[in-house]
Amino acid sequence: MKIVVCMKQVPSSEARIEIAGDGLSIDRSELEMVVNPYDEYALEEALRIKEAKGEGEVIVVSVGPEKAKEAIRSCLAMGADRGVIVTDESYHGGDTLGVARVLADVIKGLEPDLVFCGKLSIDLENDGTAIALAEYLDLPHVSLVNHLEWSENGAGKASREIEGGKEIVEFVLPVVLTAEKGLNEPRYASLKGIMAAKRKPIEEVTPSMGAADVGSEASGVQILRMEPPPERSGGKKLEGDPEETVPQVVELLKNEAKVF
Amino acid sequence: MANKILVFAEQRDGAFRKSSFEAIGRAKQLASEVHALVVGDSAGTLAGSLGAYGADHVHVVEGETLKLYHTEGYAAALSAAIEAVSPDAVFMIASAMGKDLAPRVAARQQMAFLSNCITIEEDGGAFQALKSMYGGKVFTTVKAVKSPVMVTLRPSSYPVPEASGGEAAPAALTVDLPGDGRAKVVEVAKKEEGVLDVQEAEIVVSGGRGLKEPENFNIIQGLAEAFEGAVGASRAAVDAGWIDHAHQVGQTGKTVSPKLYVAVGISGAIQHLAGMRTSKCIVAINKDPDAPIFNMADYGIVGDLFKVVPALTEAVKKAKE
Repeated sequence: MKIVVCMKQVPSSEARIEIAGDGLSIDRSELEMVVNPYDEYALEEALRIKEAKGEGEVIVVSVGPEKAKEAIRSCLAMGADRGVIVTDESYHGGDTLGVARVLADVIKGLEPDLVFCGKLSIDLENDGTAIALAEYLDLPHVSLVNHLEWSENGAGKASREIEGGKEIVEFVLPVVLTAEKGLNEPRYASLKGIMAAKRKPIEEVTPSMGAADVGSEASGVQILRMEPPPERSGGKKLEGDPEETVPQVVELLKNEAKVF
Repeated sequence: MANKILVFAEQRDGAFRKSSFEAIGRAKQLASEVHALVVGDSAGTLAGSLGAYGADHVHVVEGETLKLYHTEGYAAALSAAIEAVSPDAVFMIASAMGKDLAPRVAARQQMAFLSNCITIEEDGGAFQALKSMYGGKVFTTVKAVKSPVMVTLRPSSYPVPEASGGEAAPAALTVDLPGDGRAKVVEVAKKEEGVLDVQEAEIVVSGGRGLKEPENFNIIQGLAEAFEGAVGASRAAVDAGWIDHAHQVGQTGKTVSPKLYVAVGISGAIQHLAGMRTSKCIVAINKDPDAPIFNMADYGIVGDLFKVVPALTEAVKKAKE
């Protein structure tokens, strides 16, 4: 079983984000960069599938800068077998659909049985890349998977989170799945894993289509400006006996905030 | 003003998602002609009601494989409607269904894709949206430079328009539907009735580590019920296994902007604050007077949540009588 895991390197969720001077991007100079957390769930599940089967290969595919190899290395330390990356900057900077086309181009050549992605990248909050990828690969997909079972014949059954409940989806391979939090608890890399990762290959590839078709020039979406969220400052802070503070807050909610 | 906007009106079990009316209402403000699409196994019977919310034309795709949500079938239906209507933009809600359907169709129809929009504007034929990035730490204005445009709107971004006497006769659209052999929803399991989604509720009451025990989410539930709101949670509470991830508010959970957000026993990690800071009014209850959450709260109560929350629950019930 060959499993491709798509991975994006993103700033840590604990990072303080500063907007760069151009107002169109963020200042990346001192950011702690990590594997996108949802991609980590995808990778963990891929590793578990390989381990349960006792055979197979897990390939991490990324579109990103040279520095993103560090994140691939983290994935290899967790247990992935090899990495593939498009570092050529002319292929970066496209929109969701452009990135999906680059990924599709690279992944098609790998002929995977299963493509596993995170449901969302926590940096740009794009949640369409994996699904557009499925469309370009002409594969079915199941998104927001938080539970997964396999039958004897290789068909799968996924549970996906929907508002107020869940959908149970049966699917056959090959398929694209997107991981939701709750699917699993990703492992930490062992020392042995970290050592082994140093010898695992990371291959740089160039997509077959021209960069002009998928890069920033071809993007259907343009960033006009980035701004910090609207400022909020603390308001009234009440201390003391709940018998006094609670009625005060209810009064404020009623007459000042007009929540009732 | 845009010429035509097509709204995918999401329904499950014969009932429209409330937010679909929000999308129709917003489309009506931006386009001279609003088309709506309803997909399902008996979509025709409910499609007529959309005229009252502002739809000028209603298209219906029916099929046996469309009873439950089926990505490939719904994508074929929406693609056919786009080809029939030739809209400037397609609007839908960034729900579990909308998020699943929109990218597929945007890729197929080579559209510009604006996802999870907080606002959507139109100026001289160009669509502009405000989007959250980095878990709400950055707000980005983006512009579509291709046509047509696929837009998914965050629930509760726009008001539900008041129903009028408007009518629109549903017209059936014939679509060659794909089979469901590759992936198929076989079951929809619902949680208890009446559980509100944090993104759609007007009031959200969230609990965090300060609750100490999973059982203590009962008191959060009690306050949420008094407010007729939804139960939210911090990442710490979810990671501890106290409550399902569906309730998590923050960067690896849901971003919410309700009328009132009540944070109970939540100190206010940066990734949590980013997910709720656009709430209209924030109330924080915490025993630590220096908790960062107070820097964001309109009203803070410093105190023992186990005393404050039950008292607040009773007071809210009284105030609502």
